[in-house]
Amino acid sequence: MAAVNAFPATQVLTGSRRLRDRLGDRLLFLLTLLAALVAIAAMLGIAYKVFHGAWLAISKYGLGFLTSTAWDVNKAAFGALPGLYGTAVTSFFALLIAGPLAIAVALFLSELAPRAVRGVLGPLVEMLAAIPSVVLGLWGILVLGPFVAAHIEPWLHDNLGFLPIFSGDPSSSGVFIAILVLAIMIVPIVASICRELFLSVPHELEDGALALGATRWEMVRGVVLSSSRPGIAAALILGLGRALGEAIAVTQVIGAGWWIHKSFFGPGDTLASRIASQFQGAQTKEQTASLFYLAAILLVIGLVTNLAAQLIVRRFEVQRTGGS
Amino acid sequence: MAVADPSYALRGEGRSRRRRLVNRAAEGVALLAAAAAIAILAVVVFSVARRGFGQLGFGFLTGDLPLFGQPGGGIAPLIVGSALLVGIATVIALPLGVLTALFVTEFAERRSASVIQLTLDLMAGLPSIILGVFIFGLLVAGHKQSGYAGGIALSIVMLPLIARSTQEVLRLVPDSHREGALALGASRWRTVVGVVLPSALGGILTGTILAIARAAGETAPLLFATSIYANTVEWNPGHALPNIPVQIFIWSESSDPNDHQRAWAAAFVLLLFVLVTSLLGRAALARTRKKLGQ
Repeated sequence: MAAVNAFPATQVLTGSRRLRDRLGDRLLFLLTLLAALVAIAAMLGIAYKVFHGAWLAISKYGLGFLTSTAWDVNKAAFGALPGLYGTAVTSFFALLIAGPLAIAVALFLSELAPRAVRGVLGPLVEMLAAIPSVVLGLWGILVLGPFVAAHIEPWLHDNLGFLPIFSGDPSSSGVFIAILVLAIMIVPIVASICRELFLSVPHELEDGALALGATRWEMVRGVVLSSSRPGIAAALILGLGRALGEAIAVTQVIGAGWWIHKSFFGPGDTLASRIASQFQGAQTKEQTASLFYLAAILLVIGLVTNLAAQLIVRRFEVQRTGGS
Repeated sequence: MAVADPSYALRGEGRSRRRRLVNRAAEGVALLAAAAAIAILAVVVFSVARRGFGQLGFGFLTGDLPLFGQPGGGIAPLIVGSALLVGIATVIALPLGVLTALFVTEFAERRSASVIQLTLDLMAGLPSIILGVFIFGLLVAGHKQSGYAGGIALSIVMLPLIARSTQEVLRLVPDSHREGALALGASRWRTVVGVVLPSALGGILTGTILAIARAAGETAPLLFATSIYANTVEWNPGHALPNIPVQIFIWSESSDPNDHQRAWAAAFVLLLFVLVTSLLGRAALARTRKKLGQ
């Protein structure tokens, strides 16, 4: 009994203040819950609106839309295949160029560079990611395109022209330029994720390998790279997702053409670039719905790639934290 | 008898020499890759600065957009419009992002937290052209283009960025602070408002600055929401707002070399803003991390 009296504050709390606290707790909880629900609702709303807009085209063309190469406004015949092809080709080759480059950059920044150099170069590489895509596209079409058409494409054509992809005439806009611009966009994304990964490799493992007489490269290959493999895969997939969905820079440099050509030097189109270039000026209901259909396909592809990357990351994190 | 030739071990031959060469080569490749990445950044920034800087002047920064085919003109309407759009987006995304982050770190159970986390990650990875199409279907189709539509589209870009950076700093606030406040008899909401949020404030602000830098350069979400506009300064977000990214896109697609010149100048202004803001944001972020992580 005496112990209770030693805490008179408990008596005060039963009054109006306790009520206010309980209301406050409730209110803040509901407020934050509401915000979280808004985020989920926005995601669902996006998916609903895109599929809703595409419904006319989905019901009219069905899954045949995916395999049709048509894009004829007057005949109301539309298909997605050239865009799917363009998206796949540009993203894949961009990743092929950017992936190894980004991993090498990340290794340099996390393992090789002296501490002072790291502090300067790390943020600079991230600045590359901050360049707005419309600025990169402007540079791509007015500077990179003409340079590549004058110096690099002729060389590729002369020396590797037996490959169908390098068989065409050089051009300052087209699929090849789009691949290069996308590669530039992916490098900083993949590099900064990989750098974080490599820095999180336990130092004892690295030191152990070096103490056993491994060279720096052997240590990197045997310890750093092999222990972060799933993380690297996730980083590459995230980079791929960025490339698949990029609309503006690609529209600026790819030159527009709804077809499947072997040569990379000519113009083409991706799903995103088609939407960006035609949506505003769409003339018929079918055309608008078909562009929405392209957006729906892009949405599904984007969600699947991101989901795959997130799943890998989550499992990988459990592995790493569970192991130690 | 066992006098080994010291030069043998020192020079390294055969296998050990090959290992050393491979190591050298790998280090060289990594160095070259890093140099290439920095060189690309330098070349892009230099290209834009060289072509854009010369045209900047008082008249260009304060003038109205040029009428079709006429020389001269300025980008004042673009600067005002972009500021308004990013402002609207921030007003929407900042409270939503912070509250969502609070829900995840302070209130939610593990499972609902991971659902919302996943939603935010997916939102961050959404192709931005999808946002453009979405906002057109939601607010523009059947009505007209408006600054509000553009601002809302940009807020969807900013929301996951702000939510994620806020979560990160909220996690850095030591649990002992929360426990201390609760032990003193403070209620949950007083703990959050009085203890947790104030120590996370710096981090939330820098996260917001980084999100603003990102949103200012986004073109695709605005492309169908606010791309047909007057050539004068527009303050009313009920109308379509001229803005820098969409105008650079329009000018870059034009065949008129004058338009290309204007695109370079506008790109220089945009790039300068984006790079300076994200540099400042990053520097501040590094400081916050250091401060909170002991």
